[in-house]
Formats: sequence, structure tokens, C-alpha cells
Amino acid sequence: MELEEAKEKIVEALNKKAKTKSKFYFNDLSKILELKPREAKKLISKLVEDEVLVYWSSGSTTMYGLKGAGKQAAAEHED
Amino acid sequence: MAKHETPLLDQLESGPWPSFVSDLKQEAAARAKNEKNIEYQVPVDVVEDLLGVLELSFKDGTTHWKHGGIVGVFGYGGGVIGRYCDQPETFPGVAHFHTMRVNQPAGKFYKTDFLKNLCDLWEFRGSGLTNMHGSTGDIVLLGTTTPQLEEIFYELTHKYNQDLGGSGSNLRTPADCIGQARCEYACYDTQDLCHTLTQEYQDELHRPAFPYKFKFKFDGCPNCCVASIARSDMSFIGTWKDDIRIDQDAVKGYVNGDFKPNAGAHAGRDWGAFDIQKEVIDLCPTECMKYEDGKLAINNKECTRCMHCINVMPRALRPGKETGCSILVGAKAPILDGAQMGSLLVPFVEVNKENDYEAIKEVIEAVWDWWMEEGKNRERLGELMKRQGFQKLLEATGIKPVPQHVQEPRHNPYIFWKEEEVEGGWDRDINEFRKHHKR
Repeated sequence: MELEEAKEKIVEALNKKAKTKSKFYFNDLSKILELKPREAKKLISKLVEDEVLVYWSSGSTTMYGLKGAGKQAAAEHED
Repeated sequence: MAKHETPLLDQLESGPWPSFVSDLKQEAAARAKNEKNIEYQVPVDVVEDLLGVLELSFKDGTTHWKHGGIVGVFGYGGGVIGRYCDQPETFPGVAHFHTMRVNQPAGKFYKTDFLKNLCDLWEFRGSGLTNMHGSTGDIVLLGTTTPQLEEIFYELTHKYNQDLGGSGSNLRTPADCIGQARCEYACYDTQDLCHTLTQEYQDELHRPAFPYKFKFKFDGCPNCCVASIARSDMSFIGTWKDDIRIDQDAVKGYVNGDFKPNAGAHAGRDWGAFDIQKEVIDLCPTECMKYEDGKLAINNKECTRCMHCINVMPRALRPGKETGCSILVGAKAPILDGAQMGSLLVPFVEVNKENDYEAIKEVIEAVWDWWMEEGKNRERLGELMKRQGFQKLLEATGIKPVPQHVQEPRHNPYIFWKEEEVEGGWDRDINEFRKHHKR
């Protein structure tokens, strides 16, 4: 899968759920891409590098979200 | 005069042990004085405010830290843990109080100038508070603000040749024992294996794509000084294939009292003369030793590598010469489902530097592929093993079942054979069958 296609799929799927959810597990993303984890990882890492996605971490678990989505970035003046 | 009154924390200082509260107060006072004229890049009263927010948490019986955050350094999904205070007006010094995990050098070997530089960096760009070391082994730098993160990362990597460690759904910072550098028991070079795998799996360490955390730990011998068997998803424990080496003269030396048992480790009290029968032979868990006519004999086939005899008489007994490691998987702490110890997956594997640890990497990658595909969100490897069964793990890794995989015989009477495992498969000639079995 090409990066552009992956970006489109991810952005569309995450925006669709934006009202109820702003953070997603890695597995959710690989399901959206319909790829095996290792294949999906290459594309998802690239999307983080391109600042389409950002990591969110509790310290123990990592999640992904669209850059600027959700309340937290604004609440902590990190946007 | 302290910025915040802390009567509850003060009480903690009254116990017999050194108190972290005293340490915090000392650091708070040092920052206020600033004798070295440091241009502090985070609020000078960060430690005062930390004491304040902790006192408030004790008073309220609840935390005042928010849950997680989106901070990190560019391209890394781990190593920085965002911490924000939910009372930033009252405690502005800790409004941002992010943690940074720094990958400790293998075996935790430092030079003092490295530690001094690290502390200077943290005084300058952080709170000055450290935790040596976190339970995964990292150097933990506590408390800095978001604008400082990239600066610190740059200095760490460019000046001190040091990387961030793992956090989140990543491979966590691999940890090892001191190994062959200082220990005669080490059956393989733990530091080299730990360092090599840390370098090899940089992507897994820094870019999270696992269902949850994953820990490697390396112990040079079954004494398990880093407790890999209890604390890591994948534990590499040094072992040997051949016989324990015995020096019969040295055994006699112990019996005659020429050498102190346990290398004198319990010499603080008079335990009486050394009794080899009582202190070694009778304590062997598999009863595979005997001492007769001044000669020690070991039935090595029965030895389970408990290390007791070797620890008591290190001059007389040494691990065998044909060394390697065992790989155990699935240990974890009790967040879900209770604590679990590691299960033996590979009884013996060569630890071969020459071929770049090929055999070990093969097992690691097969385990990861299985867990990444089958693991649920926030499910540790040990939990997946429990949910799907050890047999599935064996299939995923292509490892043949061996007796060492069985904890005890006749634990579970059900074996589900697969068609390909049964000679002739499931098909049968019904006429042939009916010749011997009437309806």
C-alpha cells in the first residue's frame, strides 16, 4: 500500500470516529489499513514522521491520534 | 522557610530509613541557594512545588497528576512520559513534570565523569531529581518541561553517546547482569548480547507497535541476579550442558574448614563448623548429590541448576564448560490475572557472537510475530500464552515439544492431536474397521 492511500484511509477513519474517540491503539490502525502489524508499522511510523499522527503515552501504554485531535493538546498548551 | 507547609511529609522523615523527603528538601534548598550559578531552565522552585503537590495528595488521598500525555522527542514514541499537574495555579513549578528514561549502559558500568555530567545536565535542564535506577534498569530523570525535551535529547545523544530508553507499548530497555566482566559464574557474555540486541531492535525500542510492553532481561547464570525469570517477557538465563566441574581437593578444603563456605558471605555470625551433608547434600532439591569416603559425586542428569552447591563452595564447584542459555517467556507483574513466572521455551541455545546470535534472534522474532498478530490490546505475552495455550506458542515458534516443557507429569490428561500428527490421518477404511468392531 502506498503512503498516500494509507494516509487517506487513516485520516478518514479517525475523523469518522472523532466525536467519540481521539486516541487509538496500534491494532485499530492496522485493522483500518487491513495489513499485518509489521507492514502497517512501516506506514504508521511514516505518518508520525510526517506529523499526521502523534503518539500519546500513559507511560505504560501507547496510543495514536490525529495531530491536534482531542482535548489534551489544548488543555496542556502543547498545540 | 519552605514554600509549602508539609506536616504529613515531615512525619515520613521520622522513620529509621533514609527518607526521599529529606532528599527532596535538600535539593530544594540547593536550588534556592544556587551556589554554582546555574541558569536553571525549569522553574527554580520545581522541587518545592513537588513537595507541595505530594503533601496535597496525602491530604486529599488522591493523585494530582493527570494521566499521560502527548510529549516526546521527534520520531520517538517512547522514552518520555508526559506528566502534568492538575493544580498548575497552586504549583506552577510542576505544571509540566515530564519523566525521561535514559537507556543505562549494559551492566550499569559508568565512569564517574559520565554520572557527574548527567547530573549537571539535569540540574540545568531538569529538576535535578533522578531515580537510579527504574525497575526496568533505566536511568530515570524526573521532572522537566516540554521545551527542554529536544535539548536534553540532543545533548544526551551527541555529547554523552547515550540514548533514551523504552516506555509505552515498546520493547523496554533491555537489562542484564554484570556478567563475565566481574562474575565467574556467567555462562555467556550478557553485556554483549544485551547491547547487540538493543542496537538490533532500535525500531521496536523507539517506535511502539506492540500490543503492550515487552521486556528482555539477561542473566549470566541461574542465580538470576536481575530476576529475569520473574520480571521479563523474555528471559535469557545462562546454563551449561555438560557436568558441574568438581575440584575434589577443594571440596576437602571446605570440609576441613580451610575455606569459608559462601565465600564468607555469612561470616558475621558463628554458625559452627561447616557440615557438607547438612548444608549442601541435604539441601539439593533433586537429591542428586552424595559425599562418601571424602569424595563428592553429582548425578548431573538430575541437576536442575539451582546453583546452591556452587554458591556454597565456589572454589570446589564450577558450572560446566559447554555453556549457553535457556530462554523463558511470559513472566510479568500482577496487573491482570496475577503475577506469572517465565515458562521454559528453549532449554538450551548456543550464545554465539560469531554468527551474530542468529539462533536467539530467530526465536525472538517468531514470538513477536505471533504476539503482534494474536495479542489483544494491553495483553502481555504471558497472558496470550495462557489464553491460547503453550502449544500455540510452540507452533508459532516452530519449536518441538520436549520433556523440559512439562512442569510436572500428568497435570493435564487431555492431548488434542492434529490430523497431521497422527499416522494415516483421520481417514479409515470403514469395512476394515467393522471387521474388528461390531455395530
